[in-house]
Amino acid sequence: MESDIKIIDARGSFCPGPLMELIKGIRQEPVGTVLEIWSSDRGSAKDIPEWVARAGHELVANIEENNIFKVQVKRLK
Amino acid sequence: MAKRVVLLGGGVGGSMVSNQMARQLKSEILAGEVEITVINESDEHVYQPYFLYMAFDQAVPADAKRSERLVLHHLVKLVVGQADRVDCEQSAVLMADGSKIAYDFLVIATGSRPAPETVPGLVEGGHIFYTEEGALKLRDALHDFKGGRVVITVGVPHKCPVAPVEFTLMVRDWLNTHGMEDSEVLYTYPIGRLHSLEPVANWAVKVFEDRNIQSRTFFNAESVDPQKQTVTSLEGDTVKYDLLVAIPPHTGQEVIKRSEFGDAGGWIPTNRHSLQMEGHDNIYVLGDATNLPISKAGSTAHFEADVVASNLVSRLRGGLGSVRYDGKVFCFIETGNDEATYIKFDYQNPPRPQTPSELIHLYKLAFNKMYWLSAAGIL
Repeated sequence: MESDIKIIDARGSFCPGPLMELIKGIRQEPVGTVLEIWSSDRGSAKDIPEWVARAGHELVANIEENNIFKVQVKRLK
Repeated sequence: MAKRVVLLGGGVGGSMVSNQMARQLKSEILAGEVEITVINESDEHVYQPYFLYMAFDQAVPADAKRSERLVLHHLVKLVVGQADRVDCEQSAVLMADGSKIAYDFLVIATGSRPAPETVPGLVEGGHIFYTEEGALKLRDALHDFKGGRVVITVGVPHKCPVAPVEFTLMVRDWLNTHGMEDSEVLYTYPIGRLHSLEPVANWAVKVFEDRNIQSRTFFNAESVDPQKQTVTSLEGDTVKYDLLVAIPPHTGQEVIKRSEFGDAGGWIPTNRHSLQMEGHDNIYVLGDATNLPISKAGSTAHFEADVVASNLVSRLRGGLGSVRYDGKVFCFIETGNDEATYIKFDYQNPPRPQTPSELIHLYKLAFNKMYWLSAAGIL
């Protein structure tokens, strides 16, 4: 795993929730940054990739480890 | 020598922590063993939820303000002035006037700041109600509004996550009762449903349908064209508006950025249970200033204040300060038509919205008056 990946620990986040935490992270980091969002909500594995596609960023990885959903996204623009 | 507790910020979090501590440490303070100091930029304490009501001319600025000196316990010292930065090496807050306030324990409760300037065109073309000035400007615009399309946009991150829904329902109510039933209300939201809290989102679908409110999801406002009166999202949608009301993205405060404490957005890395700043045993952070993935709301600061005050009192008396924050948040939701509901949740338990009722609305109005008891560390 790359060492310069920005980890966002959004486990247990019902509000604002993992996707909003990712949007916050993407807004404040430069283009090219890879962010990895941690979520305890199974829905994140689906709704984060959906937004990433609409927003034109790159889905790098989407994995589950011990009931934690980890989604890596690269900011493209 | 007295142990010095310094609170940077005199809003909800800073006032509650200092007042709760002063009540519990009265004898130690009087004996000169403990000193509690709040640093705040002004002597005004502002109850921000009133801004929503100000926009609809249901409150005026004086309703939302008290003297911070009067809010604070008489044994708490108040320094009114601007902090330049925190120097961890010196364990001191360096003030803009050149003075220095040293601490043994520091509590950072600096809040957040609406940053409409981060969306090009928004300041010129839109309205916000997250500041007193913005709420009054919007009140005047609503008063003069002749009808058309009202568009609501929601930036990320933002504080008071239920306010966008509340505003939407209340503006629909306003239009209906001011002869503009035919005017359109379009609510937009950054993610794929109407609210980050799924039960609230599901509830809003039905309510919006019943009240003739349009909606569009996956809409993160990226720019505003004040001449054409359009707002464009980073997802590529453009919508036209006659009145644009934006919940702007927020940022951490400049003093945090100058102190080089925060991440790129000025949010401070904070332990989600102990509320200590990561890597700093003697610095606590609460309220909007943290980087925690929880609601930026007064109630969050309130429940965190209980934990921080308890742990500091414990440590000042020789304990370890082991109380943990469980992520608890409680929010009222005004639903228009003189009704309201509420939600509460924590890191483990999702919210379950209750059926809106007039009684909860009345309780919310009562809490607006009782808030000052909370700030005083009593309620």
